[in-house]
Amino acid sequence: MKSTGKVTGIVSNLVTVALDGPVSQNEICYINLDGTRLMAEVIKVNGNFAAVQVFESTRGLKNGSLVEFENKMLEVTLGPGLLSSCYDGLQNNLAVMDDVFLKRGEYTKALDEEKIWDFTPIAAVGDKVAAADWLGEVKEGWLPHKIMVPFSFAGEYTIKSIAAAGSYKVADTIAVLTNEDGEDVKVTMTQKWPVKVAIKGYKEKPRPQKIMETGVRIIDTLNPIAEGGTGFIPGPFGCGKTVLQHAIAKQGEADVIVMAACGERANEVVEIFTEFPELIDPHTGRHLMERTTIICNTSNMPVAAREASVYTAMTICEYYRAMGLKVLLLADSTSRWAQALREMSNRMEELPGADAFPVDLSAIISNFYSRAGMVVLNNGKTGAVTFIGTVSPAGGNLKEPVTESTKKAARCFYALEQNRADKKRYPAVNPIDSYSKYLEYPEIQSFLNKTICDGWVEMVNKTKNLIRKGKDAAEQINILGDDGVPMFYHETFWKSELIDFVILQQDAFDSIDALCPIKRQKYMLELVLSICDKEFVFEDFEKCRDYFKNVINTLRQMNYSEFESEQFNKYHNELNKLLESNGNN
Amino acid sequence: MATTKALKKVYTHLEAITKATVSLKASGVSNDELAVVGGKLAQVVKTKGDLVTLQVFSGTEGIANDAEATFMGIPPVLKVGEALTGRFFNAYGAPIDGGPEIDGEERQIGGPSVNPYKRRQPSELIPTGIAGIDLNNTIVSGQKIPFFADADQPYNNVIAQVALRADVDKIILGGMGLSNDDYLYFKNEFESAGALSKIITFINTTEQPPVERLLIPDMALTAAEYFAVDKNEKVLVLLTDMTLYADALSIVSNRMDQIPSKDSMPGSLYSDLAKIYEKAVQLPSGGSITIIAVTTLNDGDITHAIPDNTGYITEGQLFLRADADSGKVIIDPFRSLSRLKQLVQGKKTREDHSQVMNAAIRLYADAQNAKTKLENGFDLSEYDLRCLDYAKEYAIKLLAIDVNITIDEMLNTAWQLFGKYFSPAETGIKQVFIDKYWVNK
Repeated sequence: MKSTGKVTGIVSNLVTVALDGPVSQNEICYINLDGTRLMAEVIKVNGNFAAVQVFESTRGLKNGSLVEFENKMLEVTLGPGLLSSCYDGLQNNLAVMDDVFLKRGEYTKALDEEKIWDFTPIAAVGDKVAAADWLGEVKEGWLPHKIMVPFSFAGEYTIKSIAAAGSYKVADTIAVLTNEDGEDVKVTMTQKWPVKVAIKGYKEKPRPQKIMETGVRIIDTLNPIAEGGTGFIPGPFGCGKTVLQHAIAKQGEADVIVMAACGERANEVVEIFTEFPELIDPHTGRHLMERTTIICNTSNMPVAAREASVYTAMTICEYYRAMGLKVLLLADSTSRWAQALREMSNRMEELPGADAFPVDLSAIISNFYSRAGMVVLNNGKTGAVTFIGTVSPAGGNLKEPVTESTKKAARCFYALEQNRADKKRYPAVNPIDSYSKYLEYPEIQSFLNKTICDGWVEMVNKTKNLIRKGKDAAEQINILGDDGVPMFYHETFWKSELIDFVILQQDAFDSIDALCPIKRQKYMLELVLSICDKEFVFEDFEKCRDYFKNVINTLRQMNYSEFESEQFNKYHNELNKLLESNGNN
Repeated sequence: MATTKALKKVYTHLEAITKATVSLKASGVSNDELAVVGGKLAQVVKTKGDLVTLQVFSGTEGIANDAEATFMGIPPVLKVGEALTGRFFNAYGAPIDGGPEIDGEERQIGGPSVNPYKRRQPSELIPTGIAGIDLNNTIVSGQKIPFFADADQPYNNVIAQVALRADVDKIILGGMGLSNDDYLYFKNEFESAGALSKIITFINTTEQPPVERLLIPDMALTAAEYFAVDKNEKVLVLLTDMTLYADALSIVSNRMDQIPSKDSMPGSLYSDLAKIYEKAVQLPSGGSITIIAVTTLNDGDITHAIPDNTGYITEGQLFLRADADSGKVIIDPFRSLSRLKQLVQGKKTREDHSQVMNAAIRLYADAQNAKTKLENGFDLSEYDLRCLDYAKEYAIKLLAIDVNITIDEMLNTAWQLFGKYFSPAETGIKQVFIDKYWVNK
């Protein structure tokens, strides 16, 4: 029995409803506005009144309007066809809407119900199965998309029948399962799941074992992120958050990428679906769009749906993880989501926490980050959701509630810095403040030393140390003057500049430099460190500067050249000559 | 309490009056609709049971608690049509130039957003002749970008110049809290340039109540959408000064007892500003809306909530600064940014554009380091001295706002400066471009 209610108060998108029956927290309802149905979510219940946040503009809404409750929470539809789609925060398919402007109350089907998929069964009649077990698969692009026992199925089931290999639509029955009470249930290729509940149905969630390659040197070499790991990128505006995130999305070593554009610029989303269909995934050679799903709630779209968008994105990630795939979720920006929470909390007149954010902000953020991770599925295979969020700290000040709460939850910290951005040293990740906790994991350390080269972690730590030394030297030079410090201060400083210009800085808009595979990163790091190991002789600090500028310039030309190409080798020879002209090992 | 006059219910008892809002008991009221209270225009902002709160645009001075209130049943509208061009309007969309009322279709202001999927990627360059913009921070149609400037900077002159040089079909000026002098300045500039026929102006001056300003951006953008969507035209919208707009927002939220967030701004400031700026769009039909705004700063402080939120929404910012070394007002190359520049640099402009731009700024940064050394009393190296000389010439020839040359001329000027002061290796530019463009002393 579904409850109904009547609108009794409106402040912007917060609507108070007088109830005639039971409702539950986070239940979805529709408000009738002259025949248009506005979707809303219960966020507070008080006596016979519910406060609901409306996912649309409430312009023209009147008190007394009818509200119908749906008896379910906000759900997403899962099934083949999610990839390459562009959804809004509530999983409406933006591509199938005709109008230039978004119309209130226009909700679409998430999946194409007419599309034919080639189904191949994996399980057989008589098999015992449970939630998330694989029944069969269809090819979604090149990906094996597993059709699973719905996550909501509790207990053990026996397969009574399963469809033969052939062509089916998402809503066709592909299996009949019998539960422990002997009742039969039909299973299709699609299922629904409430976004705010994490999808379980796996055996265990071990510690991450591997690195996810991004092709960005300052991440992979210096502070690598684990497959199934979490990281965040805080930074003031104009420091290159979005460029960095897009670089990771283009190059990240993952089967599926879900990008949640949460309260950000619409043109950034346009950039994704203009460029991605043209770009090639460097790992598979397929078009990038084939592995990408976009969840887009831009800053001018309704605020309440902003919050829903990150959950919708995470749920889709967990769904693909359950197929044994490597999924990468990028959310830009989680601060906008926190601000959406703040706006609602404010309208409900709750007592505010720091900077007027709700007091449970920290708990909400860490709960969300905890949904990422690598899992071992019931069949022993593994899947992973790696999550990188951006944070837009007010005034660029990292001592603000969203950054602080996220720092507690995420394991990698990539601090973008105004100072580096001003100097156009991109990506403007501060090499000293940033960290990856994964670098301290013994299992990750042995993975790195095994897959890249022996002693790699030691080399990385040495690099970081050289950067720190260089910073100290630069400070001394600034205080005491160029002539006031011994020669080796200059040498130390320029060695750190060498690392900065050749390893840390990377041109995201250069076709070659933008993507640097691990093999090339190793080559360049070894080369740079071998130069840093040398001791040089200079008459004065100006000679030192000129010499290193030449070395840096030659190494940068190498970065701009195809790896191990003729051009690359030409610059390498030039470099060797430069190195022979000075210094001893 | 209520009597019926000409089919509209007239209410005659106000329950509460604050400086910006009134509350009364009424029924059948819809959210966002307009009302007239004591002869003043107001808008519904909150209903709670039968208690309705209205924001009174021109302030509540002189409103009595027995003032007459009638509801109009519709949110604010603008009459749109070709007849808007060349005209001046107030915040309610009524003519203030003595001309006739506009006869056109009524459009609700602050309408819905464009489906992101229906947008196109901006790709058309908007040249301004100012190298600080075209060379370093190229503007693209469909972009939204503000000038960040202290109150004493000539920001209104600059945006007037940009507007007159930009190759667009319509220019729509939204003036919020403009001084009367500035309003007349814009009017004279546009008139003497003979550009009035493509300009539409919505004005709220400092003489008018601050809350009225809240209507200006929506009025300007509703007109812009008419020309961009219905007529497929390239529209440039100028909004000055958005800081005063945000101040008006904080007044209203304060009167409504909302808990303020940073800098006593409402918690919804980001969404409120985004709703305006995100109207900038490149449509598939060729129509576009480009927004150039002004956000005035308090002593260059960009961490204040208004410029801070603006920076996160807009596609870059142009930072005006008085440069003591060159004696010019310049567009600061460090703090300025156009996020869309790479969509046109090297594609619609010469291939060496982005490398030249980056090298020129990097060398300018070296000059700043040299200056710091000088200020700390250290000897300067020969390289430092070259950097300082370069920086001065770079500021005068390329960063100053009074520059008016083509982009190719800007690039050639930069190469001349490189050749005059530096060696190719010191610029760090890709060898292919050095081979092609290097100018020896």
